[in-house]
Formats: sequence, C-alpha cells, structure tokens
Amino acid sequence: MMLDLPPDYWPIIALSIKVSAVAVGAMLPIAFALAWILARWQFPGRMLLDALVYLPLVVPPVVTGWLLLLLFGANGPVGRWLSDWFGITLLFRWTGAALAAGIMAMPLMVRAIRLSIESVDRRLEGAARTLGAGPLRVFLTISLPLSLPGVLAGVILGFARSIGEFGATITFVSDIPGETRTLPIAIYAALQAPGAEAVVTRLAIASILLSLTALLLSELLARRMGAGVRSYRV
Amino acid sequence: MPAMSVFRPAVTACPDPTPPLSASTFRIDIWRSLGNRRIACRVDAGPGVTALSGPSGVGKTTILNMVAGLLRPDGGQIYVRDVPLFDGTLGINVAPEHRRLGYIFQDARLFPHLRVRGNLLYGVRHLPDAADALEEMARFLGIAFLLDRWPSTLSMGEAQRVAIGRALLTHPSCLLMDEPLASIDRARRADILQLVERMRDEVGVPILYVTHDLSEAERLSAHIVQMDYE
Repeated sequence: MMLDLPPDYWPIIALSIKVSAVAVGAMLPIAFALAWILARWQFPGRMLLDALVYLPLVVPPVVTGWLLLLLFGANGPVGRWLSDWFGITLLFRWTGAALAAGIMAMPLMVRAIRLSIESVDRRLEGAARTLGAGPLRVFLTISLPLSLPGVLAGVILGFARSIGEFGATITFVSDIPGETRTLPIAIYAALQAPGAEAVVTRLAIASILLSLTALLLSELLARRMGAGVRSYRV
Repeated sequence: MPAMSVFRPAVTACPDPTPPLSASTFRIDIWRSLGNRRIACRVDAGPGVTALSGPSGVGKTTILNMVAGLLRPDGGQIYVRDVPLFDGTLGINVAPEHRRLGYIFQDARLFPHLRVRGNLLYGVRHLPDAADALEEMARFLGIAFLLDRWPSTLSMGEAQRVAIGRALLTHPSCLLMDEPLASIDRARRADILQLVERMRDEVGVPILYVTHDLSEAERLSAHIVQMDYE
C-alpha cells in the first residue's frame, strides 16, 4: 500500500470510524421518524419543524457546537439532567463528538430518506390494505422496504459528513488526543505544528480513502438491493 | 371442478347463520363530494357479475375505492353479502384490511420489491396450506412459470393475472375489478375476460366490475348499473 501509516495513526482512523458509526447509527431512527413525519403528516408547525431539521446545514458549525455546549455542557439543562440521572457526560468525550457529528449529519440523512419516502407509491399501500394487512404490516412490508434506497443513501451521506465533521466537534468537545481527536481535528492539529507536512498528507489521504470506501460500499449495496426495486412498470 | 375448493370464497367471510336479509350481494348507496362535484351511486345486485358502467370521469373508481374502504364516503351504506362495511347513520366504517374484498386495480399494482410468488402469498394468512393453494392458483391462472420473476419483467396481461391470483388467495367474499382490460393490449383481452367468466362460474365469487364499455358488461351477462353525472 502506498500509504504506509505509522502505528499511532490507526487509533485516529479507528476513532473517526467509531464516532461516525455511532453518530449515524443513533441518528438513523430519529432521522427516519423526522423524514416520515415531514413526508406524510400535515400539521400546523410542519414548516417550523422542516426549518429546524435543516438548521445544522445552514448555521455555521461553530454556532451548532456552541449551542450543543449550552445544552449539553456541565451547566446546560440537558447536560445536567444526563449527569444527575444517568451519570453521563458528553463534554470532552468521544460520545460528545458522536453527538456533534450526528446533529451535523441529520439534515442530509432526513433529506435523503424523505425523498425516498415521498417516492413510495401510496397506492401500493392501499393495495396491501385490501389484501388484509394492517397499517403496521403495511409499513414494515411495503413502505419501509420501498424506501430502503433512500435510507442507504442517507446512511452513506451521514457517514461521510460525520467523518468530515470539524467545526461543531472542536467547539463542543475540543481536541483531546485519543478521545476526541478525529481525522479532521488531527489534520488541523498537525497543520499547527511546524514541519508536519508528511503527517498532514498521510492523514488527508487516509480520510479520502475512507470516504471513497464508504461510497463504493454503498454503490455495491445499492446494486444488490436494486434488482427488483430499481425499475418497475406495474 | 373440485380442484377449485382451496380458494373458493370462504363462507366464513359472513359467518352469521341468520338467513340473508336480501338476495343481493351488493347493497350500496353512497355519496361523496369531490371538489365541487358530487359522486353518488346506488347498487342493489348480485350475485354473479355486477357491472358499474358510465362515461369516464363519472367516479366509478371512486365508488370502488369507497367500497374497498380506501376512501370514506360522506354518507350512505355499503353492505356486501349482508355484512355492513359502512353505514353512515350507524357509524360503521370497517377498515379495508378487515373487509375481505379482493380488489383488482386497473394497473395491477404488484409490489415491485417482491417476486411473483411473494406477491401471490402477500395476503395468505394460513401458511401451512399456502404452498398447495399457490400451486393450484398458479395453474388456474396459467402463471406457474412466472413465480420467480420480478413484477417489472411481466407484461401487463401477466401482471393482471398475478393481481387476480393475489386477490383470490385471500379468500375474498367478493371481487372488485376496476377496468381490468384497460391497460391490456387488445389481443390478450379475451383471455382476461374468459378468466373473469371462469371466476364467476367455477369459483362462484360475486364480482363488482367497473367498465366504460357496455359490450364487455354484456359479454359477462352482468347486471348493469349505469352511472351518470349528477
């Protein structure tokens, strides 16, 4: 392999993967629920929810990180509640980095999943009802499988976004080697040190490879899934 | 034809042992406003084939959707084989999955992510007998060679046969058919018409058949209900 990484680089890559996987995994059910609500429900305040969901996409990441700090910090309402009741602290922890990454990835995930849900032919759901399937069975056997391509796209987009997450993360959980120093933060830290060009190059190549791998995997998966779903006339 | 017994419409669909209140299979009197139009229909007919006819846009499909429970009427009554499915005054509105009607849509509406076999078995509850029932149904419809295909690879006529099988395998108390010939090329129409006749005669399932073509209705010796603009 062209990229020969000294052993102390691997923990950074492993941490990045862990943070992103947890971020996407934890955010997926929430993103799906939000996408479903935005695609299917009509209620007053829908526009507001829509705007709130997309907020992390348009607000400077540093501001998102600062808001997370206010909410989940030691004196923040959610942070205090979490530590009082469950003894959980997110601040300066890799779990906090996962939270920041998940929040930043949410708009992209919701968007992809929502498009997919909106493209599900609702007449198929009606047909399933006439065949004796209740609403839950219709959801599990028709709506969910038919929106899977969007879910997959959302997962890949969210993962790629999480791998690249920098601003909100460094604001919320700072740069702690071994705990919150993910790839982008490690690159930034290396850029600050004199004479670390080689380190920067290696880390940059590692992050490009990581994103490419995720993209290729998703393409492979989509092809596998697509056999029956991709095109249909009837 | 004794082989048909597996999917003969179950009498259990109306287990009430009391004698029928009327001889008609379909007693329907419903209305609904759609935009600034009013769609209304009155049917008192069946068994056999009851054809709902009228110019396109008069709301025939809307009526069928209301009978199936996919659309709620503004008021009126729907009784099928003396089972109340909707009664505006009594506040009855049975969910579509509990109406036990087989609905054949104009565009077949097969599930694209399931193979033909999966589509046919979608509404089958008692899986132990499913394999036999499926095989028999496939033979009856002449689709045995399609079982492992994806819906996207079927012709419209084949898809319509699968849709008919999928509905019949749920043991419906009656069938609702919405212009089943409309999207099928002329050459294959006779096949489907013949199939409808066999369902009427061999399976003995009452059919509410929507068409704009009166000759189709006459060919099926249907009781014709004419719908018109109000």
